[in-house]
Amino acid sequence: MNSLVLQTASRFLLPLLLLLSVVILLRGHNTPGGGFVGGLLAASAFALQAMAFDVESARRMLRVNLLAMVGLGLTLALVSGFFSLAAGGPLLKGLWFEVPVLGFDDPIKIGTPVLFDIGVYLTVLGVVLTMIFTLQEVVE
Amino acid sequence: MSLLLAVIIGMLFASALYMMMRRSFVKLTIGLILIGHSANLLIFTCAATRRDGSMERLPPGLIEEGQTRIEGDFADPLPFALILTAIVIAFAITAFTLVLVKRAYQEVGTDDLDNMRTTDR
Amino acid sequence: MMLSLAILALLSVAAPWVCRYAGPARGVVLAAFPLGIGAWFASKIPAVADGGAIVETFAWLPELGLEMTFRLDGLGLLFALLVTLIGAGVLLYAGSYMQGHHQIGRFFSYLIGFMTSMLGLVLADNLVLLFIFWELTSITSYLLIGFNHDKKESRSGALQALMVTGLGGLAMLAGLVVLAFAAGDLAGVPGGVWNMSELPEGLSGHAHYPWIVALVLAGCLTKSAQFPFHFWLPSAMAAPSPVSAYLHSSTMVKAGVYLIARLHPNLATGTAEGLWEGLLIGFGATTMFVGAYLATRQTLYKRLLAYSTVSSLGVMVMLIGMGHPDAAAAYILAHAMFKGCLFLVAGIVDHEAGEKDVAEIGKLFQAMPATGLAALLAGISMAGVPLAPLAGFVAKEKMIKAGLDAGPLTALLTALIIAAGSFTVFIAIMTGFKPFFGKAQREPKKHAHEAPWPMLAAPVILAVLGIVYALVPALFATPVVTAAGEAIKGGPFEAALRLDAFYYYEISLALGLSLLATLIGVGIYFGRGLWVKATSPFAKLDGVVGPAKMYDYAMLGLTKGSWAQTRVLQNGSLQVYIKMTLVAILGMFAWAIWRTGSLPSVGTNFERTGLLEWVLIISIAVSAIVATRLGSRLATVAVLGVIGYAVAVVFALYGGPDAAMTQFAVETLIVVIFVLVVYHLPRFAVYSGLAVRVMDLLLAATFGGVMACLVLAAGSQELFAPISAYFNEAAMPETPDGQSAYGRNLVNIILVDFRSVDTLGELVVLGIAAIGVYTLMKLRDDHEGVPVAEREGDEDQSEEGDA
Repeated sequence: MNSLVLQTASRFLLPLLLLLSVVILLRGHNTPGGGFVGGLLAASAFALQAMAFDVESARRMLRVNLLAMVGLGLTLALVSGFFSLAAGGPLLKGLWFEVPVLGFDDPIKIGTPVLFDIGVYLTVLGVVLTMIFTLQEVVE
Repeated sequence: MSLLLAVIIGMLFASALYMMMRRSFVKLTIGLILIGHSANLLIFTCAATRRDGSMERLPPGLIEEGQTRIEGDFADPLPFALILTAIVIAFAITAFTLVLVKRAYQEVGTDDLDNMRTTDR
Repeated sequence: MMLSLAILALLSVAAPWVCRYAGPARGVVLAAFPLGIGAWFASKIPAVADGGAIVETFAWLPELGLEMTFRLDGLGLLFALLVTLIGAGVLLYAGSYMQGHHQIGRFFSYLIGFMTSMLGLVLADNLVLLFIFWELTSITSYLLIGFNHDKKESRSGALQALMVTGLGGLAMLAGLVVLAFAAGDLAGVPGGVWNMSELPEGLSGHAHYPWIVALVLAGCLTKSAQFPFHFWLPSAMAAPSPVSAYLHSSTMVKAGVYLIARLHPNLATGTAEGLWEGLLIGFGATTMFVGAYLATRQTLYKRLLAYSTVSSLGVMVMLIGMGHPDAAAAYILAHAMFKGCLFLVAGIVDHEAGEKDVAEIGKLFQAMPATGLAALLAGISMAGVPLAPLAGFVAKEKMIKAGLDAGPLTALLTALIIAAGSFTVFIAIMTGFKPFFGKAQREPKKHAHEAPWPMLAAPVILAVLGIVYALVPALFATPVVTAAGEAIKGGPFEAALRLDAFYYYEISLALGLSLLATLIGVGIYFGRGLWVKATSPFAKLDGVVGPAKMYDYAMLGLTKGSWAQTRVLQNGSLQVYIKMTLVAILGMFAWAIWRTGSLPSVGTNFERTGLLEWVLIISIAVSAIVATRLGSRLATVAVLGVIGYAVAVVFALYGGPDAAMTQFAVETLIVVIFVLVVYHLPRFAVYSGLAVRVMDLLLAATFGGVMACLVLAAGSQELFAPISAYFNEAAMPETPDGQSAYGRNLVNIILVDFRSVDTLGELVVLGIAAIGVYTLMKLRDDHEGVPVAEREGDEDQSEEGDA
């Protein structure tokens, strides 16, 4: 599909969609969203890129091997559970830490569920793109 | 609304199963997608219906800024969490099945399931 | 204790790398770990000598009251020492024995894996934990017997061992569960007593006692190769020699004996006529005799030893049943030494002289003096030659004295013990004397030479320890055997245990009988041609209706039966599967309604529905019908999209923005994927006839109607209060307090905190699906990848244009 409209749209939409997906991911703990939706959204951004240009260019933009991304996501999700295990609690229980950041009055709160959600995001992104890219490459 | 949804779920199940019983592999895939929708709607409807059969539009399970809990009624978040994961899993299964259909068609040259029976013997 | 298990488990995983980087030193490196752990256990001998125990507990599933409890007492210590120290010797030995094998890393991984599970088995106090380790030993044993999987006898031997011990293990699991609940009855604990050390008194009076005994013994007797389940053990000799020496002589086959000993204080009735004692004596004595007799007809080195091990296992079971725990413990320790040594010697003879048949070989002493001496010592010990200051003699004296003290059974048991003893003497000569000092029928196949030191170390040390056992028992034999014996007995002995050989040098009936058995055994050795001829009719009978043959028939029947039912139930047609499932579910609904005699009540307070809802409902309904009728693939994609988006809107309206967003995103991606593949899919075809389609439609519609009723009925029930109130309370504290989730979006915190293990599982499923897609499309044989359609000049491809 070599559509100029699609290519132009993709150039503008890709960064926007990616930014939006990250916002949805990070805000998901407090407002609708989260790793699943964020991951799907990011995947559609890259899928758009792959359709407008080709899979190769989308892969170049990603820079990461997709199955490796799935592995990384799974590992992150699992590792986030070890914190509470180390603290004597059950696996995957959420823990929160307050990290003071220079220039802000309130310390930033970082929790293991956020790490878990990032793992979800990466896994979903990797899985969906693996499927779409694989299919598309066979078609191409 | 719950009565209408029940009817819809019944229809979706019926058409999904009818498609799954076809010998065409592609139709089977469409049946799988439909049955995913029916199951999700089923979970939602069973949870959202009250004992008297009524169903109300409730606000989502979001705690407002500055509060520590939701005051008043809110939609049960648990079925939505289940449905959310079910949607993603159903997507993965659909994609996998589509790839399988494609590969099977490439190898066997037919999408008639009755003609594929020799492959796993 | 848990640390030792963890170390061994890690070592098992690391073994392939150790093998790769340590080279010939692998045996030494690997053996160092169990040796160190064994030394730790040895240092605990004083702590458990007086009936004491070391307990370690780890909360496993506290919600279910499950705890990983490990307990080291005298009995556990005896076995832990055998497992770790003999294990260290065997690892050292195997480092040289397996030299050059292309899968040596895998071998050591299995072997150490077995060591871990066996150690866990003898340390576990919790019944569930015990069963898990019990099964793990069966599985690792299966892998090790079948290690040379290119040989048919290895595969069939491995399968036979797994089937027999596995089926016994299943029976045992049932027995252990009944045991735990029966104990819970007596102790007043409704959830059952799961720790063996907490089992109450008086189990033999419980109504389920016969079941407990029968089921638990089914597991123990199969595992410990008691007649008529003995046949798997000789077949297991297809394993490499270190495995035979370790699993099938010193450790795994004794697991059954161990559990019998472990439960003896709780399940014994206290009289020889009791069910428990009667079964133990009956099976034990029969096995002792039959095993020894069958051994006399063998000529292959390892099979001789295997049958004689069967006999020894019978002795152990019998001695426990007779109420002589001291004799049983003394025998277990002695047997591990002489039999382990002889198995390792058999491996050396095979490895260094290329010979397996003891009838053919002889005069190997010149070529391998150290091996020969070790074998001779072990052989004398095994024969229990009177006045020889060796472990076997001490154990045998205790055994004969036990036989002479068996009340009404004295005459029968003594006769069986002496008969089996005579056979054992003969086997000892055949295995410990004949290959090295006897007459050679021919030259050995290989140029025989002495084994390297790592292979010699274990057999020589075991042989020498046999002397230490009987001459300086205070060094290790007495404390270990006393502690173990008292644990089996369930209380302290009245008199101190005497294990020094000289103590038994008194002129007595027992010594006389022992001498008699030795003479008969020597007699059989010199007249062995005659003996084989005289016993061959029995062997023929065994070949027709023997236990091994019965096993073959059973396996054949099982295979045929499964094949027949598979043809009927799983004929490969998906439509039939779906129809069967639907009919079965409908049948269950009908049955439930018939049983309760009433339909569930349904709330009928249906409020008025707004326009937006009507639009959604109608569009879903129309699409659902249209989807089944369309011939165009692209139109179907569109229709499916309508359903998906409409469902998403329903979620959004009724308080589920997260689910709605996900549904929107997924629906979009599904459309993308469909568009990608749709041109390459075959056109929709109608394969079924009209009658079939009408029948399918009826069935599907019926099921749909039932589901609609089910939704209404289920929606109107509230069996328990929704858990959401808890989520609401636990979601957002003022500050993170370590208990609450600290988030405002309840759906999200359910996914990433409250139910995050489920989510993790889901992610794994997603990953597997991705790998599946990747392998399906990328890794394939391209030589037959040309589609049939293309080969025939495809016309389908451009049929729909590029809409």
